[in-house]
Amino acid sequence: MTADRCAGIALGTAALLVAGLCLWIIGDVLARGLDGLTPAFFATDPLDAGRAGGIRTVLVSTLLVTVVCLVTAAPLGLLAGILLAERTRGEGRGARLIRHSLDTLAGVPSIVFGLFGNAVFSGLFGWRLSILSGGMTLAVMVLPFLIRSVEASLRSLPPELARAATALGLSRATRLQAILLPAALPGLLTGVVLGLGRALAETAALLFTSGYGLRMPASLLDSGRTLSIHILDLAMNVPGGTANAYRTASVLIVLLLLINSAVMALARMGGART
Amino acid sequence: MSRRLADRLLVFAMRAAGAFAGLLLVGVVVFVLGEALPALEQVPPSRFLTDATWQPGGGEYGLLPMLLGTLAVSILALLLAAPLGIAAAAYEVLFAPRPLALLLRRLIELLAGIPSVVFGLWGLVVLVPLLARLEPPGTSLGAAALVLAVMILPTIALLAADSLAAVPTDLRRAATALGLGRWRILRTILLPVARGGIVTGLLLALARALGETMAVMMVAGNVVRVPTGLLEPVRTLTANIALEMAYAVDSHRAALFLSGLLVMILTLGLVLAAERLQTREPES
Repeated sequence: MTADRCAGIALGTAALLVAGLCLWIIGDVLARGLDGLTPAFFATDPLDAGRAGGIRTVLVSTLLVTVVCLVTAAPLGLLAGILLAERTRGEGRGARLIRHSLDTLAGVPSIVFGLFGNAVFSGLFGWRLSILSGGMTLAVMVLPFLIRSVEASLRSLPPELARAATALGLSRATRLQAILLPAALPGLLTGVVLGLGRALAETAALLFTSGYGLRMPASLLDSGRTLSIHILDLAMNVPGGTANAYRTASVLIVLLLLINSAVMALARMGGART
Repeated sequence: MSRRLADRLLVFAMRAAGAFAGLLLVGVVVFVLGEALPALEQVPPSRFLTDATWQPGGGEYGLLPMLLGTLAVSILALLLAAPLGIAAAAYEVLFAPRPLALLLRRLIELLAGIPSVVFGLWGLVVLVPLLARLEPPGTSLGAAALVLAVMILPTIALLAADSLAAVPTDLRRAATALGLGRWRILRTILLPVARGGIVTGLLLALARALGETMAVMMVAGNVVRVPTGLLEPVRTLTANIALEMAYAVDSHRAALFLSGLLVMILTLGLVLAAERLQTREPES
């Protein structure tokens, strides 16, 4: 029994260390970042390369990039996810191939997506460094996660639901629109919100697709930096930018925490329904 | 619109979206390879991996220092994070009282959700000055490995905890009935049975470390040199891309795409290995 005790203490210490690291990082960011975080920080434009002023333009760019990403990825993800979840088509060779390809795509490092976006959206399509290029690059990046979560939430529905709809003689479109999709809604939203979280956290894929633009974007073809790029630039390239880097980081972390709790609430909703 | 037409349109759209999604991977590979080709035409592929000189101005594109930098930083991070992650997972599954286990899991999940740029910021502002006391300037291979280790810790711990918890309860009960202590149960039953899942987690964590850009670039110092010490600056393949893409043209740009391709091959190799391991597991 002493072996058990020693093991418990040793493993407990490791666990304590892990927990301590989590608290250290999150605590550090919030402690430094929430200091001086006023409502004005959100409403004023960055001044002096971001050292002074707030993050108004950065917030607008972030919003636009994520909207482009979701508007592109959501319909594609929904359609492809429905395909993969179908009982007949979803089991075939084609579906298996798509699934495998998507799982592999999910493992591609984000900087490679950045290179791809730079070559295709910025170069080939001629959108240069722009919110459109960045948003599209992120769409490619989050699509695998979106599709697989649409598939999973449709598959988790009780099979009687689809059978009953078919027995009623409903068309495929009606069956989906009136019965299956509403029933799977919490799961579908979870996928979208998770995709949003990934998009917000991303930096490397945006460096040379949406770029560092600090001014208020006039259109989707202007460059605009997201919160994470702003943190990177302030921390690495702007001497004296650390205070505002921390403020921006705490805004980003709080946003991601909110998204996280939204996902959990949605998961509970989905659980309660079935 | 008639029902039949609506259905046909829907099926067509579904197929088109599915095919598009399935072809994305091919598209990414083709375009990155396409942009990297000019570099491969100029210099034989073997030279990229054996040449230690990276001087884009003079047409020298040796990737060796960066490749070694990437490997050193990632493997070191894995060595640091693996024991800690697996130990924490074992504590969570086998030793911790339930509320404590839940709290630990929430914290690790929280850590998993932190963006890499924030890890980089923490590393730069908190960790690097600590290391600089040992030997300035502090931005170094060691700093990068430490930040990466913290970053991949959740992947290791969460997957290890899942696979430990997935060991059939019969096995655990039988062992307890035999009077085995928890430590022996862990060592002789849980760890061997859960090995596949734990190794999968380690491979995925290593893949994540190899492909990471931000957290590494912010603390590694980024000097192009074959690393010889823990407190010396290094540059990784990914950091090299991020640092030089902004002004790279022609063959320089192609060489950066080539390094992207190299990173992709490294990480995808690991991801596929992990996948194989996972699909083989249920039969064994």
